[in-house]
Amino acid sequence: MTEIMIYNINDKGYYGEFGGAYIPEMLYPNVEELSQKYLAIMNEASFQKEFNQLLKDYVGRPSPLYFAKRLSEKHNTKIYLKREDLNHTGAHKVNNTIGQILMAKSLGKTRIIAETGAGQHGVATATVCALMGMQCIVYMGAVDIERQAPNVARMKMLGAEVRPALSGSKTLKDATNEAIRDWINNPTNTHYIIGSVVGPHPYPDMVARFQAVISEEIKWQLKDKEGTETPDHVIACVGGGSNAAGAFYHYLDDTNVNLIAVEAAGKGIHSGESAATSILGREGIIHGSKTLLMQTNDGQITEPYSISAGLDYPGVGPMHAHLYKTGRAEFLAVTDDEAMTAGLELSQLEGIIPAIETAHALAVFDKKAFKASDIVILNVSGRGDKDLQNYIDYFKL
Amino acid sequence: MNRILTKLKEEKKLLSIYFSAGYPNRNDTTSIIEHLEHSDVDMIEIGLPFSDPLADGPTIQESSTQALKNGMTTELLFEQLKDIRKTVSIPLIIMGYFNPILQYGVEAFCKKCEEVGIDGLIIPDLPADVYHREYKTIFEHHNLINVFLITPQTSEQRIRYIDSISNGFIYMVSSASVTGSNSGFGEAQTTYFKRIANMNLNNPTIVGFGISDKQTFTQATTYSKGAIIGSAFIKFLKQHSIAKIPEFVKAIKN
Ligand SMILES: Cc1ncc(COP(=O)(O)O)c(C=O)c1O
Repeated sequence: MTEIMIYNINDKGYYGEFGGAYIPEMLYPNVEELSQKYLAIMNEASFQKEFNQLLKDYVGRPSPLYFAKRLSEKHNTKIYLKREDLNHTGAHKVNNTIGQILMAKSLGKTRIIAETGAGQHGVATATVCALMGMQCIVYMGAVDIERQAPNVARMKMLGAEVRPALSGSKTLKDATNEAIRDWINNPTNTHYIIGSVVGPHPYPDMVARFQAVISEEIKWQLKDKEGTETPDHVIACVGGGSNAAGAFYHYLDDTNVNLIAVEAAGKGIHSGESAATSILGREGIIHGSKTLLMQTNDGQITEPYSISAGLDYPGVGPMHAHLYKTGRAEFLAVTDDEAMTAGLELSQLEGIIPAIETAHALAVFDKKAFKASDIVILNVSGRGDKDLQNYIDYFKL
Repeated sequence: MNRILTKLKEEKKLLSIYFSAGYPNRNDTTSIIEHLEHSDVDMIEIGLPFSDPLADGPTIQESSTQALKNGMTTELLFEQLKDIRKTVSIPLIIMGYFNPILQYGVEAFCKKCEEVGIDGLIIPDLPADVYHREYKTIFEHHNLINVFLITPQTSEQRIRYIDSISNGFIYMVSSASVTGSNSGFGEAQTTYFKRIANMNLNNPTIVGFGISDKQTFTQATTYSKGAIIGSAFIKFLKQHSIAKIPEFVKAIKN
């Protein structure tokens, strides 16, 4: 028991040396209010009841833990897929947005802002805002608006306003900057729903707790199927790190479980076009958090690249920076090509078309050998519908 | 004594001007500083450009981005400033985000600041408590004044705390906004300015954000020691040559 909380957050809002709230004073009242109240609100019986009810009836939880027989045979190990792709809106993102919209309601906020890259978190946010009848503004890089037209249309159909981020490289990092600026300009009525385990404390912890339902379910589902709560390995892809945080959460302090975090290597880790943040990044501050990020020697944040829009964020959540630094999790990097191949493989072996983000995690089976007796859980963070055009272009379908 | 403290003792309202180092051109930094001093500006904030300036509006984002494109770096800024104290005697403050300073090394950065004659720092995303816990002794060792921000949303208790750890002036953000929004000051701002003035803080306040002309300067300084102009000056630089700087300052001061 002495190991408990070593890998999780401490009472100061840090994971080891990472985390904290490096925010301008303008954000202090909002972030401090959240910091003071989030645990108490989340622990209220009425909050728990509504959260769990919505996860069940609206999102469709529990998501199945599926034994992937043919994939297991191919890779000569025992692979279970945690099916977050079957959630309403098609990814794990909605676990967090359901939690945060209830949080916003408890805080008396009436206006919601969010950032989005590929549009998955934007859609998940627009969805819960429609559900709760709240005003929703989603910031999205102008470049991403061009690249992700179907998700832009979804958000609009759900009643959200999509505002283009025109600064910097006009992608996810800039959309996040714009959302933060909006929050500065609207300090009283607005809640910012961040889409991953990034940003100032308490966001990384709050989002991790909402996503923790993933590993909470894995435990009893695996117990049902294998008679043990404890797998040998848990694999998840890492953009900001929320689906991985959720899949790892209840295993963080059980070092019998090997945690494997998979980052996007783009065209190769050292190609200059990569998003392998932990491996390429150095310690610094991004979006209010001390963590690992890709930057120049001069401390300017650089633009990552990945074929997967959900993984090309130049930072990683502070929990993952800590898991990397301490060696608690194994970090692997997967290229565009390896991911696309793995995505096609899952489609044809199991009839499941994964999101390209998830496909990065799947590529681990081609890079790393597992024992035949190993139980390996792979978190299928999302479905591939949104990526069809990418798959079409890549495989000339 | 630190030049900021000396300046704050003067019996007048202070005009401080912000600009982005390396903008419009990479080597304009010292020339802009010298022109500002000759125009009777009281204090200067030299912006250290950053790729992701969270608290800034479009104007400063743009000048920051352009400065980086021009090849501006932290090292180059210190290089440009190395002889600045031969020609300039007003207080100089560097305003920058924390990450570039962290990468340079906080200690090394402060040492360099002292060497070239910087008097203070404004680092919007370095929270007061982290500063107090981890960096205060380093800053003080290098004779640097760290300036904290307050906003209309800052609680009285926190203002008192910030006042207690400040030793120069408090940067009073005029309204709930990023830099560069200039819709003028209304009833709400005046009430806020008065409220802070009535708190009788140990440190004087200097108002920033949204000050763009003589009227807003006068409104801001009615209840405070001075005001800071940033975006409006950068817009001016975009359209006029550096030689015209005295005209910009005169329009505000007279
Ligand atoms: C399906 C899917 N998986 C993974 C991610 C990466 O985010 P995170 O690392 O927070 O799970 C995204 C982000 O958009 C996504 O849509």
